[in-house]
Amino acid sequence: MSLANDFSIQVATVNGSGSNTANLVLLRSIFQMGVPVSGKNLFPSNIAGLPTWFTIRANHRGYIARKKEIDILVAMNAETAREDVLSLEPGRLVVYDDPLKLSALRDDLTFIAVPYDKIVAEVCPDAKLRKLVKNMIYDGVLAHLLNIDLAEMEKALGKQLGKKPKAMALNWGALQAGHKYASENFPASDKYKVERMNKTDGKILVEGNAAAGMGCLFAGVTVVAWYPITPSSSLPEAVIGYLRKYRMDEKTGKATFSVIQAEDEIAAIGMVIGASWAGARAMTSTSGPGVSLMSEFAGLSYYAEVPAVVFNIQRVGPSTGLPTRTAQGDILSTAINSHGDTKHPMLLPGSVEECYQMAMDVFDLSERLQTIVYVMSDLDLGMNTWMSDTFKYPEKPFDRGKVLDEAKVRELGASWGRYKDVDGDGVPWRSLPDTKAPGFFTRGSGHNEMAAYSERPEDYLKNLDRLNRKFDTARSLVPQPIVDVVAGAKIGIIGYGSSDFAIQESRDQLREEQGISTSYLRLRAYPFTPELEDFIRRHDRVYLVEQNRDAQMLSLVLIDGDRTLAAKIQSVLHYSGMPIDARSITDGILAKERA
Amino acid sequence: MSDAPATPVKKTNRIGLELSQYRGSKTTLCAGCGHNAITERIIDAFYEMGIDAKKVLKLSGIGCSSKSPAYFLNQSHGFNSVHGRMPSVATGAMMANKTMMAIGISGDGDTGAIGAGQFMHLMRRNLPIIYVVEDNGCYGLTKGQFSPTADQGSKAKNGVVNDLPPLDLCALAIELGATFVARSFSGDKKQLLGILKAAIAHKGTCLIDVISPCVTFNDHEGSTKSYAYVKDHDEVLGEVTFVPYFDDITVEYEPGSTTDVKMHDGSHLFLRKIADDYNPSDRMSAIKLLHDTARRGEFATGVFYVAPDAEDFLTALNTVDTPLAFLPQEMTRPGKAVLDQLMEGLK
Repeated sequence: MSLANDFSIQVATVNGSGSNTANLVLLRSIFQMGVPVSGKNLFPSNIAGLPTWFTIRANHRGYIARKKEIDILVAMNAETAREDVLSLEPGRLVVYDDPLKLSALRDDLTFIAVPYDKIVAEVCPDAKLRKLVKNMIYDGVLAHLLNIDLAEMEKALGKQLGKKPKAMALNWGALQAGHKYASENFPASDKYKVERMNKTDGKILVEGNAAAGMGCLFAGVTVVAWYPITPSSSLPEAVIGYLRKYRMDEKTGKATFSVIQAEDEIAAIGMVIGASWAGARAMTSTSGPGVSLMSEFAGLSYYAEVPAVVFNIQRVGPSTGLPTRTAQGDILSTAINSHGDTKHPMLLPGSVEECYQMAMDVFDLSERLQTIVYVMSDLDLGMNTWMSDTFKYPEKPFDRGKVLDEAKVRELGASWGRYKDVDGDGVPWRSLPDTKAPGFFTRGSGHNEMAAYSERPEDYLKNLDRLNRKFDTARSLVPQPIVDVVAGAKIGIIGYGSSDFAIQESRDQLREEQGISTSYLRLRAYPFTPELEDFIRRHDRVYLVEQNRDAQMLSLVLIDGDRTLAAKIQSVLHYSGMPIDARSITDGILAKERA
Repeated sequence: MSDAPATPVKKTNRIGLELSQYRGSKTTLCAGCGHNAITERIIDAFYEMGIDAKKVLKLSGIGCSSKSPAYFLNQSHGFNSVHGRMPSVATGAMMANKTMMAIGISGDGDTGAIGAGQFMHLMRRNLPIIYVVEDNGCYGLTKGQFSPTADQGSKAKNGVVNDLPPLDLCALAIELGATFVARSFSGDKKQLLGILKAAIAHKGTCLIDVISPCVTFNDHEGSTKSYAYVKDHDEVLGEVTFVPYFDDITVEYEPGSTTDVKMHDGSHLFLRKIADDYNPSDRMSAIKLLHDTARRGEFATGVFYVAPDAEDFLTALNTVDTPLAFLPQEMTRPGKAVLDQLMEGLK
């Protein structure tokens, strides 16, 4: 059976061995041949020395979630090679470093032995560079085996190294040598191959964190405060890169932004709140441990009503946990992050395009609602490479929310109260320092409508109930869920975030393999909107797919909505730290259907 | 109307405002609290320097001290934030609007304990701010526990003896990078006012540690932060005289016994020396002075260190003249061509 444009490649290397360029060239060359791809870096919490795997999936139908099974293994790491080979399904292809002698392990796989050291010595005279250049050889070998156009590999390599002619020549030489060796010694695979198609026209390849960084750029962010943490760091680093390139004032050469690397996450959120209070569009980005540290300030933002934009690129916890593995494990702790009665809006991007779009939405929402708003991405979405349509330029102008200008000061006059609900939506008017509007004293302690200190029970109740009205207003402002109701479907699937592509593929599996049709609702924000309850009522059985152990989103659904609906909902949970895949969802649903 | 009785002319400052316009809400601190005296000096300093309160941000952490921004400059925006985290809020606010003047009020617990990290990094960045520590060596709002500036051997009201040595916030600030470091005593009206006015003229981090006895929990015999103890052990580092840039220098100073520090804005800070070799621009002599006086069980007061021309954090950020908070969308959202270019690079 020929599996053209439908396979997964796993490259097993040692962290720090410089395989990144080779892997991206492989990914891009398939993409350039019009075949949908995605790339995932499964890496350890380590800079050099531990095993790491890069997985590429090519799929003619456009499935870009992780594929559970590995079809082609490139074994470069002696330490894991044996285990990697033993875990393969029969009939798969293994490209390995000749001295590893892997072909003796099994007789039901196709083995391609490559003498890397010998080949690299011929094309790379400088022994110090051989370790890095060596990786290009497997690109050349795979180009032959999978029928990938060498010209596309050269083009993809040019994209990586085009500005460094010496490195380009050296790597291109190694790639060609690998191709030559494979062509002379092995036939092309009769099973796996790349055939040109046109499913990537106009598409881009990008990581979610870079996409979110672009969103922040076009959202007009002016203050960035951050503290390094995996898997978040690449987001602020992307923002900083874009700001330095595109946000220097042409006339003066001065910056229209400021960036600060804070001493910790508590300081980062403090800076964001200080900057937002003074009128800037400010953001920070972190992961679960950082969000925990920010929790006191999150409550202050909620209660003193100061905007704050926070990206939570979730990873496995708790604390250090597995910092380089993915999860949706902070849903509950972020939604109610703080002490006392608090709850915070969260946006749930399900694609890199939504990472971009929601990075713009979040600033508008946070300023409109005058409260902290989180964007809940994760390591899989944020750090891995996804195919996407090109991003759209924003048409809507910024919404800076209810900020007193001179006209509004005249209109409201002396009756203005910082925490007065004059519009009935629970959102008061705020004034900014250095404007003609009156000043006020911002405090976390009890206050009345006029922002004066108060411990009166009626003032406290009034304020807390107004904050609840504001949360209801948020329901009408957050992105609506994406709903696909299939006529006659008895099963409804609910999911969110990075599970989306795997759920879409799982629905196809259920329909094509089992004849089960399903409806699908993808949540895009908290608080929830009425579509969610309608969807649950419409279906006999509802499966909520999420990447945590404790069904955290289900808990939120129960807190926020009609608790009697709980009986209809079952959870399909994935929490191994690996990106979620369609097969696991399909198996999970089928097991419950048959129970 | 010429024969109408003349109304008495009210005293105003150089921008035409009366002293009352610099006041705040009524204090809720204990009667006789040193913090209230500091509040009064802050009001005087801003009034006398003719600062527009609309251009001032008042920030604080949590504690008795941190309540006091409500008691001065009512027209300014104020932010009573999170325990120990005033520095970060102030940093963000000043990044958003570099044209403002920030005054942060903190306490010895707020700064020396829970906020030690943020304190350190604020000093290190030389953010323009007047950072006042209202230092009473105890946690007043939680009823008198020791703070990290409590002196070794000092006795709490309940008889507990503090057996740990204190942090010297001034020595730390000098070491960490603050560019204006002073100590005073809440009861010394003249000196504190002079220091505050000089701090207003300085562009950079001003750390002012003000010994402010807690009348309720730390003003008894055996406390080294009581009024009586401080009055007996205050070693004034000469006299502090500040002449703002808009006043003529009329006082005469004896050459050889006075150091004239020319401030960034053209003002003059005169320090009458106690020791001929004391140089307020030298970190080492400042730190030595602090160690020597502490060893004798005394408080040195005065301006220990000034670096009027050091680059501050906001200048280093090299932002456009307009405050970032007020940049229009045209300046902060790049055009479609930029997105197209980014997309092309990802194809």
